[in-house]
Amino acid sequence: MSALIELNNIYKIYHMGDTSVHALDGVNIEIQKGEFVAIVGQSGSGKSTAMNIIGCLDVPTKGRYRLNGVDVSTMKDDEQAEIRNKMLGFIFQQYNLLPKLSVQENVELSLLYAGVGAAERRRRAMKALQRVGLANKARNMPNQLSGGQQQRVSIARALAGDPSVILADEPTGALDSRTSREVLSFLQELNREGNTIVLITHDNSIAVRAQRIIRLQDGRVIYDGPSDDPKAVVQPSDTDEEVAE
Amino acid sequence: MGIEQNFRLAIKSLMSSKVRALLTMLGIIIGVAAVIVITGLGSGMQRMMNEQFEQLGANRIQVNIFGRGGGSRIVDTDDMYQLMEKNPDYLTGVTPYISVRTLVRYGTEEFKRTNVIGVSEDFADMASVFGETLKEGRFIQYLDAARKQNVCVIGSYINETAFNGNGLGQTITLSGTHYRIVGVLEASGDLVEGGGNDYIYIPYTNACTLNGTSEVNLFMFSCPGEDTAAIAKKIISDYLYSVYLSEDYYYVVTSAEMITMMNMMISVMMTVLVAIAAISLLVGGIGIMNIMLVSVSERTREIGIRKSLGAKRRDIRLQFVIEAGTTSAVGGVIGIVLGALVTTVASPILTGMMSGMGGSGSFNASPTAGAVAIAFGVSVGIGVLFGYLPANKAAKLNPIDALRYE
Ligand SMILES: Nc1ncnc2c1ncn2[C@@H]1O[C@H](COP(=O)(O)OP(=O)(O)OP(=O)(O)O)[C@@H](O)[C@H]1O
Ligand SMILES: [Mg+2]
Repeated sequence: MSALIELNNIYKIYHMGDTSVHALDGVNIEIQKGEFVAIVGQSGSGKSTAMNIIGCLDVPTKGRYRLNGVDVSTMKDDEQAEIRNKMLGFIFQQYNLLPKLSVQENVELSLLYAGVGAAERRRRAMKALQRVGLANKARNMPNQLSGGQQQRVSIARALAGDPSVILADEPTGALDSRTSREVLSFLQELNREGNTIVLITHDNSIAVRAQRIIRLQDGRVIYDGPSDDPKAVVQPSDTDEEVAE
Repeated sequence: MGIEQNFRLAIKSLMSSKVRALLTMLGIIIGVAAVIVITGLGSGMQRMMNEQFEQLGANRIQVNIFGRGGGSRIVDTDDMYQLMEKNPDYLTGVTPYISVRTLVRYGTEEFKRTNVIGVSEDFADMASVFGETLKEGRFIQYLDAARKQNVCVIGSYINETAFNGNGLGQTITLSGTHYRIVGVLEASGDLVEGGGNDYIYIPYTNACTLNGTSEVNLFMFSCPGEDTAAIAKKIISDYLYSVYLSEDYYYVVTSAEMITMMNMMISVMMTVLVAIAAISLLVGGIGIMNIMLVSVSERTREIGIRKSLGAKRRDIRLQFVIEAGTTSAVGGVIGIVLGALVTTVASPILTGMMSGMGGSGSFNASPTAGAVAIAFGVSVGIGVLFGYLPANKAAKLNPIDALRYE
């Protein structure tokens, strides 16, 4: 059985004048359907770059990425949009809700682009909002909600399209610890219901809530295994590195 | 997909920054308003011309003579009367229209700018062509001209200023000769010295004597009907050609031709003015393009979010094209309302001015439905056209760059 996500020798190289940055430097990752994976690493290690590629927001410089058995790494803009629309749900650190749309309209957006009719759109949006406990805020504008509530709206928006993978880049980065725990519990619950979740964080205490941890450093995978292995949370000695640089 | 949401968003963003929206739309507003005003006034003018045409009748022929040509002969009023008598089926009346250089005096008062014109008895029939109607008394008659009587018909300006409105039966002096006032004309518009109400008509025979020549520059014929006017015109032209041996020295035109020419001139004028107004629409379009480009870069992050949720290029393009189209459509509607308002206000003012210049017919300008429809269509079209470039720019944004944009 092939993996849901299959990154095969992925490189992402940024050229800045005469120097080049290897944000991803030969990454191989396989994620099965139903997994809850945390990608961790220090700032600049390539976590967001990896997520952008997994999320079809960006294309690798080199290597092959297969999502659900289909090679998406060479797809055109609109084809990738279709994939994002049908298979991927994003949760961002800054929520990224559209301020001029109501909560419900925000949640409906991906359905709108999928061409779902108005009544069905509304029904599914309300269902997603119910799941995050915000059905009563459907008509509010995003700026009338707290940070935690806004993040829950963005989770509802990610869920509304019924995606194969939910990608969360530092979803708790802007939240206090109590709300962070709520959001994490919610992601765990979604995972228990069968959703595949890829979570990006630099915080070990959050990463251990996932089943599996992938640690990146300088664009390479330096650990890939269960989150209860002691090695999973060991920070590589960053002092050496910084001296070396 | 999502057209009504895009439309609602566009209205919302217009309302949220009204001053900016107004500035954006200014070019469109001015352009559309100008088109509405110009076409409104133009069609009002055309209507007025046509009314005057009806008044004047379709059966007039005007003859202008510019000089003597190769021959040494001139055509005088008697020649024209003879031509008329030879062609009674086609020509039924003729009057010369002779400007006289003379000094008009009443007592010690001098009227230096009064227009003195020599006419025949047939002028009575054709007075409306010249915008004149009799108020009291009579016009110049056959015997006045035949016997060179010293009689005149005066305009309301002299009647009011010299005679306090009681000029009929009094006398006035032209080049030292007393003329008895046998008729007074109706006033039309303001009384201005040398203006449309400051005319004196005398028998053409007297006019020739005062001028010292029987040369005439302008004749007006009447013919029995519109259908024979073309034949009548040919008769006159042929005769004039036989005298002058060249077409360069006279010009014969029927009233139908005149009105066609007038209408054409108004149309040309309107087209030119509308073309000028169209430049304003173009500038307006560029304004919209400019503000849309600003809007696209301001909303780069929004575009990134929409793309992350699966918006395709055409979805983003549609969103911004609708926004641009809505902006300019709203501008168009404001322009239409403004233009209609200006037309309505200007119409009576212009009516006053026209009658002051001696025009009769009533001038009634109102915006035409066609112009409104076209103006609206054009403004939407401009929005879409000039919105397309920025919209396309937005559509082509790379999702990840757009999302990262601060
Ligand atoms: N658009 C870009 N142009 C040039 N370099 C880039 C670009 N995006 C990322 N990089 C570089 O790639 C490397 C990886 O960046 P990435 O954003 O993936 O790090 P990260 O692990 O998400 O860090 P953080 O925890 O701070 O978010 C960094 O060195 C960064 O400077
Ligand atoms: Mg990052």
